[in-house]
Amino acid sequence: MIDRSSRTLFLVCAFVSLAILAAIAVFTLKEALPAFRQVGLWHFLFGMKFSVNNQEYGILPMIIGTIQVTIGAAIVAVPVGILCAILLAEVAPPRVRQVLRPAIELLVGIPSVVYGMVGMVLLVPLIRHFEGSGYSLLAGIIVLSVMILPTIVSISEDSIRAVPKSYREGSLALGATHWQTIWRVLLPAARSGIVASVVLAMGRAIGEAMAMIMVIGNSPVIAKSLFGQASTLPSWIATYAEGVSTTGIDRSALFAMSVVLFVLIIIVDGTALLILRRGNRAQSVS
Amino acid sequence: MRIKPSRKLVFLITVALLVLGMLLMGCGKSLSGTVTEAGSTTVYPLAQALGDAFHEKHPDVAIETAQGGSGAGISQCASGAVDIGAASRELKPTDPQLVTHQLAWDGIAIITKPGNPVTGLTKDQVREIFNGTITNWNDIGGPDHSINVYVREETSGTRGAFQELIMGTDTIVSTAIVQNGSGPIKVAVSGDAYGIGFESMAYLVGDPPIKALDIDGVAATQANAKSGTYPVIRPLYFLTKEEPTGLVKDFIDFCLSAEGQQIVADNGYITVS
Repeated sequence: MIDRSSRTLFLVCAFVSLAILAAIAVFTLKEALPAFRQVGLWHFLFGMKFSVNNQEYGILPMIIGTIQVTIGAAIVAVPVGILCAILLAEVAPPRVRQVLRPAIELLVGIPSVVYGMVGMVLLVPLIRHFEGSGYSLLAGIIVLSVMILPTIVSISEDSIRAVPKSYREGSLALGATHWQTIWRVLLPAARSGIVASVVLAMGRAIGEAMAMIMVIGNSPVIAKSLFGQASTLPSWIATYAEGVSTTGIDRSALFAMSVVLFVLIIIVDGTALLILRRGNRAQSVS
Repeated sequence: MRIKPSRKLVFLITVALLVLGMLLMGCGKSLSGTVTEAGSTTVYPLAQALGDAFHEKHPDVAIETAQGGSGAGISQCASGAVDIGAASRELKPTDPQLVTHQLAWDGIAIITKPGNPVTGLTKDQVREIFNGTITNWNDIGGPDHSINVYVREETSGTRGAFQELIMGTDTIVSTAIVQNGSGPIKVAVSGDAYGIGFESMAYLVGDPPIKALDIDGVAATQANAKSGTYPVIRPLYFLTKEEPTGLVKDFIDFCLSAEGQQIVADNGYITVS
C-alpha cells in the first residue's frame, strides 16, 4: 500500500518536473519563431550586427562571446580545480582539509552579482592598467573561472574519495609511488565524476548573465583580443529583456537567443554524456 | 478543542480590525491606494522624490517606483503592468500610443572622470568620438591614450535622445561599453581616467564625483539648459495608457503643480514652464 502510493508520488513528481521543462521549452520556441521566420536562421545566427533601433538581429558576436568565456573559464578552472581536489583528497593533512573544504563549499553559494561586483571594482581597473578599458573578455573569463572553481573542486574531490580503498592500496602494494597512484589509478577511476563536475561548472558558466554584464563590457562585437569588450547571449538577453516592447520582433529575437543558448547547453551536456559513456565502456573492457 | 476558541478570537479581532479600517477609510476624505511607476532611470530619482512628497501629504497612498529604462517604461505602461510609465525621450511613431504628461526637462551631459584635462568639446567632436572617428584623447587636447566610450543600452531614453540630438543618422561605435542604467554609467565613467559617456544632468551631483564637459563652449548647467544655450536637452515624461483618473490623476496633477515642480527643481531637473 505505502509502496504503491509512494511510487505514484514519485511518478507525479517526475512528471511535474518534466512537464515544467516541456512547457518552458515550448513557450520559448513559440515566442522565438517569429524572429527566426522574419530574420531568417542564417542571418540570425551569422549576422554580425544587433540593433533593436535599426531592426538588425545578428547574434554571432554573442554566440562567439559565450563560447569564448565558457571555454576560457574551463581552461583556467579545470586544471586548477582538479589539482585542488587532489590536494584536498590525497595530500592535505586532515586539519587543512577541515578548513579548506567548507570554505570552498561556501564559495558555491555566493551569488553571482557579488562576483560581478568584485570583478568590476578590483579586476576591471587592474586590467585597464595594462590595456584597454578593463571591461573585457579577460575579466569575464577570470570572474567565471573563480565562480566555477568550487563546483569543480568539491565534486571532483568527492569522486576521488569515492574510489574504492582497494584500488589505492593495490597500487601502492605494487610499488607505485603516491603520485603514480594518484595519476594512473585514482584520477582514471574518478574520471566520470570529474567530467560531471566540469560539465556542471560549464553549465553554470554558459548561463551566467549578471556577473558578465558587470565586467565584460556588453558590446555587441567579437573581441579583437583578450582585452577587448565582448558580450554573451545571457548578458545580452538580460540587458534588453526589460526594455524591449512586450510585443513584436525585438522580444521574439531575445527568445530566439534563448533557444540558441538552450542548444549550446544541450551540446555541452551531450558531449559530456558521450565522454562519460565512452569512459565507462573503456573501463568495463579493461 | 482548547485551540479552537483562541483561533476564533484571532479571527474575530482580525475581522473587527478590517471593518474598523474600512470605516476609518470611508470616514475621512483622505486618499488611499497604490500607484505603480516604472521606467526611465533618469526619471527614477525624481519619481521617488515626488512619490515621497505625495506620500507625506497622503499617508495612505503608496507610490511604488521602479527602474528599467525608458523602453521598459513604455512597454510596461502599454501592457498595463504599471499605472505610470516614465520615459526620458520623445515617443516615436513606432512606440505604442500613450498619453504623455511632461514632468520636466533634463539636459544630457557629456561626462568624464574628474581630473581629465579636456574641459570642452564641440557637438561635432562629441559625434565623432561616439561614432568611432576620433579614438585618441590627443586629438581633442588630452593625453596620448585611446578613448574608452561608454554608452547606455539601446532601449534607454537617454541614449535615444543622445542619438537624436547629437548623433543624427550616425551609428554609435559598436565597441562602446554598454552600461544599463544612469547609475551604472556614472560609476563606470567616474572610475576610468580615459572614459567618456553621456548622462542625465540630474545625476551630475552626488557620489561618485563626475565631470561634465562644456558643449560648444557652454557649461553643462541647469541654468544654461533652462535658458536654451546648452544644446542637448530633452523632455521627461510620465506616460499613462489612457487619460488618467482617480489616484493616478491626483498624483500626476500633484507632480505638475507648483509644489511638484518645486521638487523637480530641487532635485536638479528643469521645470516644465
